[in-house]
Amino acid sequence: MKILSKSYIALILAVLYVPILVLMLFSFNSTNNTGVFTGFSTYWYEELFRSAETFAALKNTLILAVSSALISTVIGTLAALGLDRMRSKLLKGTINSVTNVPMMNPDIVTGISMMLLFVFVGTLLGSTEKLNFWTLLIAHITFNIPYVMLNVSPKFRQMDKFLPEAALDLGCTPAQSFFKVELPCIMPGVVTGFIMAFTMSLDDFVISYFCSGSDFQTLPILIYSMTKKEVKPDIYALSTLMIIAILTLLILTNLSGDKGESLKDKLSDSASRMRERMQTRRAARASGKDGESQ
Amino acid sequence: MIKRILALLMLALVALGTVSLIGCGDDDAITLNVYNWGEYISDGSEGTLDVNAAFEDYYYETYGVRVEVNYTTYASNEDMYAKLKSGATSYDIVIPSEYMIQRMIDEDMLEELDLANIPNFAYIAEEFQYPEYDPDNRYSVPYTYGMVGVIYNTKMVDEADTGSWSLMWNDKYSGKILQFNNARDAFGTAMYYQKIDVNTKDRTEWETALAYLKAQKPIVQGYVMDEVFNKMKGESAAIAPYYAGDYLTMYDSNDALAFYYPEEGTNVFVDAMCVPRGARNKEIAEAYINFMLSEEIAVANAEYIGYASPNTLVRENEDYIAYMVDWHEDAMNILYPDLSTYTTSYYHALDAETQEMANGLWEQLKIESSVGSSIHTLALIIVIVVAALLLWRFILKKYRSAQY
Repeated sequence: MKILSKSYIALILAVLYVPILVLMLFSFNSTNNTGVFTGFSTYWYEELFRSAETFAALKNTLILAVSSALISTVIGTLAALGLDRMRSKLLKGTINSVTNVPMMNPDIVTGISMMLLFVFVGTLLGSTEKLNFWTLLIAHITFNIPYVMLNVSPKFRQMDKFLPEAALDLGCTPAQSFFKVELPCIMPGVVTGFIMAFTMSLDDFVISYFCSGSDFQTLPILIYSMTKKEVKPDIYALSTLMIIAILTLLILTNLSGDKGESLKDKLSDSASRMRERMQTRRAARASGKDGESQ
Repeated sequence: MIKRILALLMLALVALGTVSLIGCGDDDAITLNVYNWGEYISDGSEGTLDVNAAFEDYYYETYGVRVEVNYTTYASNEDMYAKLKSGATSYDIVIPSEYMIQRMIDEDMLEELDLANIPNFAYIAEEFQYPEYDPDNRYSVPYTYGMVGVIYNTKMVDEADTGSWSLMWNDKYSGKILQFNNARDAFGTAMYYQKIDVNTKDRTEWETALAYLKAQKPIVQGYVMDEVFNKMKGESAAIAPYYAGDYLTMYDSNDALAFYYPEEGTNVFVDAMCVPRGARNKEIAEAYINFMLSEEIAVANAEYIGYASPNTLVRENEDYIAYMVDWHEDAMNILYPDLSTYTTSYYHALDAETQEMANGLWEQLKIESSVGSSIHTLALIIVIVVAALLLWRFILKKYRSAQY
């Protein structure tokens, strides 16, 4: 039985990772033959670093992914906060499902409808370049928000409802209570939301395809256009580098997660610090009064 | 730590932002938007000439104006058409194929070119001046051309069977044959084989072609486009119709591959440079077109792409000929066959009705799959199993609640 379960895991891992390993292997091929491994070389990596077009596209993709993920993380977190505070169950449920629609929608529907909207608004405003970097950014933020909300909302639900109240009680302003108490509580959700938004934006093709103008070409669009002839192994090299970068990032986050002090400790720390501060303040006030009366 | 990671990412964003700002720092440069096929220009990779950078330098030296070429790419004529038709973007140069040019001329989507600004047009070979898709040569300047032929593997295919389209219907090579995965080219192979006019509007003729494609289906390994490169190079298929220039690319990695133009006739395509309506820098675009026709640049492009060039300067360039012969000893004959000895024809833009009919027939071919019935059975079995499981759970629940 043990062998069976182990081989099952091995099978699943193989299905997941063998294609990636093959890609990595062939990025080191000495010719651009994908059928046969003809010899080890770093030729395609050198080629990759010489290709200005690919790098421009990579730069565009990263700019877009980071900025859209950041903005959608802010908007999505605020939206989740608002939803959490909402009293009407019906309204809450409705808004929750409405925000999920872009996630369920086929990309092509989202892409085309956004393009139509942008063209329509652009025509109203009389602009010549109706699709550009900004429309692409708006489109990416739009489809990223649900992913952020999906990750942040449960954290609000898990959070102890009395924590922010206690913070307010102890003299925090609402803003302080949000940044000092609630945000640390929901931080893991915010970070996962950000990472998900980043990856979604990084590998989106369909929506980008419809919403991008002539000034901004992302990596997926560039790779797609290469299929007219053939995709060269320098793209394999690029993919390999990206996979390694993502793996390192993942390993780093996981390692740091183990070492860091737990959230509860931090919270009780800051709570006790706040309590102390209040006490000293109260004591000071009391002594002042004493002084007056004397 | 999480905060630190976020801070790092923020930093990266700021850094990228500054880099991009520096990148487009010279605001006075005019942007020339070029929209071309993917990997269809000599771009500086593998030690080639970077044509776009060369144009920027050339333009600055000649006219004293800074131009920045913003080069983006597409994968098919239809993609490019959809993008232009949406009216959302403005490009200064596009490079569609002949049937798409015809359609865009009909729909008034192209600017008339001022040939006085393109003196190098004189180097275009005679047979590509005033072509049938642009009879007055007002809208387009040819960039590359090529013909469809049959690629086969000499290790697997008997030389005696070659020479005609019939090779693609030869059941001796069952499971080793590839077919185009787009309606026009796939029907084209059957139509040329049966000597039907590929631009026919007659439904019965299209249906004859469909009958041939259906007959071919059992022996076809797959309907492919760019996968053809790997399949032919890796020898998992033996026969495929494709373009002469691409054959040379495949030959580069597998010299067992050979190529011929079928005797019944074949398709010839031309990709030509055009200026779409609404282009903001028409004169610079014309300078760009002219630049693309100059000897050094045209040779660099022809060597990079591997397709035939309609530019006589290229065909007569000794370095180019030496380069191509070094690539494949018969390359010049393969790329530049004497067009008068072959029956060739262009695809014309089909009218909407014929287009729809062709698409319908194509769907018919693709849907009727041999694995269809087995997939349906499999899906049915899965549905039944899931339903049975659900029913079983429901009954079990009822049974348990009845016990309490």
